[in-house]
Amino acid sequence: MNRQPRPPFARAICENAAMSTPEQGIARMEPAPATVDAPLICEQCDTVHRNRVLARGEEILCVRCGAELARYHALDAGGMLALVLTALIVFVVANVWPVVTLGLGSQRISTTLWGTILMMWGQEAQVVAVVAAATLFFFPLNKMLMLGWVLWFARRGRRAPGFAFIMRTLYYLQPWTMTEVFVLGALVSIVKARAYFDVQPDPGIWAYGVLTLLITIFSGIDLRRLWDQTEPRA
Amino acid sequence: MSGPPRAHELGIIGCHVCGLVCREPAVEDAACPRCGAALHRRKHDSIRRTWALLLAAFMLYIPANVLPIMRTVSLGDVDDNTIISGVVELWVKGSPSLAVIVFTASIVVPMMKFLVLGTLLVSTQRRSGWALRQRAGLYRLVEFIGYWSMLDVFVVALLTALVRFGFFSQVEPLPGVVFFGLTVILTMFSSMSFDPRLMWDAPDHD
Ligand SMILES: [Zn+2]
Ligand SMILES: [Zn+2]
Repeated sequence: MNRQPRPPFARAICENAAMSTPEQGIARMEPAPATVDAPLICEQCDTVHRNRVLARGEEILCVRCGAELARYHALDAGGMLALVLTALIVFVVANVWPVVTLGLGSQRISTTLWGTILMMWGQEAQVVAVVAAATLFFFPLNKMLMLGWVLWFARRGRRAPGFAFIMRTLYYLQPWTMTEVFVLGALVSIVKARAYFDVQPDPGIWAYGVLTLLITIFSGIDLRRLWDQTEPRA
Repeated sequence: MSGPPRAHELGIIGCHVCGLVCREPAVEDAACPRCGAALHRRKHDSIRRTWALLLAAFMLYIPANVLPIMRTVSLGDVDDNTIISGVVELWVKGSPSLAVIVFTASIVVPMMKFLVLGTLLVSTQRRSGWALRQRAGLYRLVEFIGYWSMLDVFVVALLTALVRFGFFSQVEPLPGVVFFGLTVILTMFSSMSFDPRLMWDAPDHD
């Protein structure tokens, strides 16, 4: 793995920047920048780097602060779409099937994600209910639907209707999905309850596990490259 | 300042949403011509906002730890659990390794966020050039692990939904869990409003 970023070259970057820059104004839309010629700016420290085409396993790290600026990805838009559709199916399964079943004598109680959310709402913990509904259901679902929509068009190099709005929304939703944490939480709950009850993990929890895996794959993908891979509609 | 050039010195600005590089706009509230997101050289009012959110989070963190987060009723026996007593119980009755995970998510991570963000804020305000690379790494770490603190909140929610065997056994959420959930959210907003580029703007570090 080549972790050594090339030292940036100030003058070339300056010229490139000027070339791929819309003239100050906001009126002239869509400058269609040259992908590799445009410089890469570190979001963490503002250092300017020269961009380049990455080979398998390569990444560009910031020379000043060490943040990751770019990474090679094997998946194209079609591959990502397949991943999103898989995640969507798994998500439905995870939400329909119970997550855990608890037994005491002959009694059996199981719960789904929504069962949990509604229970918290009814128990004077509405804040928790809202946070759980947002970070475990609405945000992940929105993310998958919007990604699917955008990728469907991106496969043919086109920008979906609403592309800019969706991409901005995806950027701001990014930190607010917590499916991984919920899976770990279910694990802790099972262990805690096991001291008193017979506990049985249900298909829902396995579906959540798979979903976590898919989300982890996805979180490594820089969606910004979709801007360079698609053409604005004429 | 020596070293590789920074965007501001070259008069350019990168869009944080789509990555487009533009000439730095003359006006304050410019929008990215490609995606429409607001273009800021630095996050707006970053230090003050981060401080405010961090202090608010810290104030909620106190009741989150002092107040019980969950009530277990078993055969008429009432047992209120705080975050710490929950960890201890998991250690004693369940599995120590999971207790360590919960301890890390509920206590170590929030404390670390307060310490790290506090340190970053103070050192940035003092324009300190001390351990810049390490501070940048700490900021990335805090951003990356912050949301895992929500673990205990989900555990309480799941147990509440599962354990309802009437008189024999029942679990109820208590106010501590709401305070804790709010603490996690506020610390997340706090670390998001901090602009790590400000650390590197200090003139006296080279
Ligand atoms: Zn950097
Ligand atoms: Zn943009």
